[in-house]
Amino acid sequence: MNSSQLLSIITFFYGIAASLYIAAWIFKKEILGKSASWVVLLGAAGNTAGIIVRWVESYQLGIGHAPLSNMYESLIFFSWTLMIIYLVIERTYQNRIIGAFATPIAFLAMAYASLSPNINDRIQPLVPALKSNWLIAHVITCFLGYAAFAIGFGISLMYLLKQGDKNAKNRMLVHFPAIDVLDELNYQMVMFGFLFLSIGIITGSVWANSAWGNYWSWDPKETWSLITWFVYATLLHARLMRGWHGKRLAFISIVGFLAVLFTYFGVNLLPGLHSYAK
Amino acid sequence: MQQVENRSPFEAIWAFFSSVRLTVAILLILAATSIIGTVIPQNENPTDYFNTFGPFLYNLFNVLDIFDMYHSWWFRFLLLSLMLNIVVCSINRISTTWKVVFNENPTFHISRFRSIPEKEEFIDSRRPEELKEEFSSLIRRRFSYTRAETTENGFCIYAEKGRWTRLGVYTVHLSVITLLVGALIGSIFGFEGFVNIPEGETANSIRLRKTNALYPLEFEIRCDDFNVSFYESGSPKEYRSSLTILEGGKPLLQKNIIVNDPLRYKGINFFQSSYGTLPPNEIALKLVGKDTKIEYDQKAVMNKEIDLPEGEGKFVYTDYRNSFPFRGHNLGETAIGILTPKNGNRVDVILPIKFPSFDGMRQGGLIISAAELHHRYYTGLQVTRDPGVWVVYTGFVIMILGCYITFFMSHKRICVEVAKTGKKSKVMVAGTANKNKLGMHAIVRKMAKNLGITNENRL
Repeated sequence: MNSSQLLSIITFFYGIAASLYIAAWIFKKEILGKSASWVVLLGAAGNTAGIIVRWVESYQLGIGHAPLSNMYESLIFFSWTLMIIYLVIERTYQNRIIGAFATPIAFLAMAYASLSPNINDRIQPLVPALKSNWLIAHVITCFLGYAAFAIGFGISLMYLLKQGDKNAKNRMLVHFPAIDVLDELNYQMVMFGFLFLSIGIITGSVWANSAWGNYWSWDPKETWSLITWFVYATLLHARLMRGWHGKRLAFISIVGFLAVLFTYFGVNLLPGLHSYAK
Repeated sequence: MQQVENRSPFEAIWAFFSSVRLTVAILLILAATSIIGTVIPQNENPTDYFNTFGPFLYNLFNVLDIFDMYHSWWFRFLLLSLMLNIVVCSINRISTTWKVVFNENPTFHISRFRSIPEKEEFIDSRRPEELKEEFSSLIRRRFSYTRAETTENGFCIYAEKGRWTRLGVYTVHLSVITLLVGALIGSIFGFEGFVNIPEGETANSIRLRKTNALYPLEFEIRCDDFNVSFYESGSPKEYRSSLTILEGGKPLLQKNIIVNDPLRYKGINFFQSSYGTLPPNEIALKLVGKDTKIEYDQKAVMNKEIDLPEGEGKFVYTDYRNSFPFRGHNLGETAIGILTPKNGNRVDVILPIKFPSFDGMRQGGLIISAAELHHRYYTGLQVTRDPGVWVVYTGFVIMILGCYITFFMSHKRICVEVAKTGKKSKVMVAGTANKNKLGMHAIVRKMAKNLGITNENRL
């Protein structure tokens, strides 16, 4: 079994985990939630193994490089970071409903990587521009940021659902974390994501300067990462200095994640230097 | 309203830039306008723009500098406004923070700690005097500043750490200013250009991208060799140029550069950026006598006349083309030369590499064919000078540190109050932080545990 096959199986694990979390939320059965946690844990372990196996395989092919070099590999790594961050949150906050909003994102990313005809799952040799130690630092930090923003997005959706239910009448929302916990958690995710997005942009910038002689060239992907940075910087200032909370922040967090998605996928529709990330 | 009218223009501008609402507005405008340049390709040929957008939109976009929007006056104005906004806001707030941060003797009010709901309280069977020494040393281990005070019926210890972290946000702001200053230095004192150097040749000037003007270098750069290698799949594996720096004809520095590993000399950087092939300087000729059928091999160097065998005159190799149209067909790579017979007129000789018998049509005494000896490459180098780069990198480091301090470190204060109740002591542990309150509760719980709280003695 090669890494691509292993990772396709992990897609099913995440799919099952997502369904179990949603079922546990709807039917309020403890056992469903507990099994979801185990399936996610197994999935994350398999995901880790898949990444390592792929790394080893690339060396066996004689073109050894970290599995972070194209769209397929980045989606796999994105799902992995997302699930690791989620598991930490689940342990810390002892609440599994967040899983119903976080695991589907990881599942969709994995399913897109495994099933989309536009995405090549073969291990390819690195083109000259990617042959740099900055590759690992740049991709890991960017995706830590993206994963944190993705969870922030899920939590913002939960916030909007919960705050629409003023009198706590909706039985579906009873077991949601308290509204201020969701607000705080969104903010925590944004801070974590912002730090790593900043480091990701910075490492990319230093890398560009050693590859192309320019630390900033307004290529569409660079520009979109900066747009994302502006959106989350707005969120942080609005919260810290103007005391914004709740609904408005949840809304900016959602807009921020849409900018992340465009930086990640949409930019490939535009011409630019990052074309190998397709 | 009277006050507003009496403000001097400076004060009015200062007030305008001291608003965080303005920060939010500028950030959102920057985010929104930045999109334009990612949708409309930047710095392309004006005729392409004209054909795409038509005369009206073309003129409109041209006036607004949309085709080079990140360097337009209005985008620079937005960046300048952001910079002023950051500076003014920081100056306005830093004096207060400064007083708090560099306060030698921080004041505290025990009543404020008493009123914190998440405090921990327990009973210790010893009397307050017996606890003081032990508690002080336990607290001192975790907090940089501690102070013990006597109260009516016992004592209280106040401790804190991370007061300086209140400066974190100013660090982030400083980093943004540093970045923008670094970028400004680069755009004033730096340049960006390119040079193509054929293998074996030397360049002493480069062409600037912005103005297309020649920029002389203080030294010479020679391309000794260029190589491109490919993977089996056909995708490129490595571009490598062997470069030598010379001054006054003396070689000073030799380096093989690849993408991601440039050559730097006297503040100027040379990056592997492109490559191409050049007409070969030398070609191999094969000559066959029309009547004698004897084959001769000769080499021809560009623009150097050679004597042909069998007394057929002189030949000079003059040109090399990548394609050559002939009666509606493309002959491909073709060498061109001029033949001067002993008696008679000069004739052009066309020597397509792929069609060795082509010259037979000329009906001359010799049938000439040409073969390429080896591909001659030129290397394309991106040449930059940016004295602002280290300022920008300093900004990067400050930004990462600043973000970490601002988001994940806080000014934590704790108060432990011990009061006599009968022969025992009542202990209260309470704490506050300027950020991450949940994290502070955990610290208070841990401190209470260290001081001896159990489920039995908890109040």
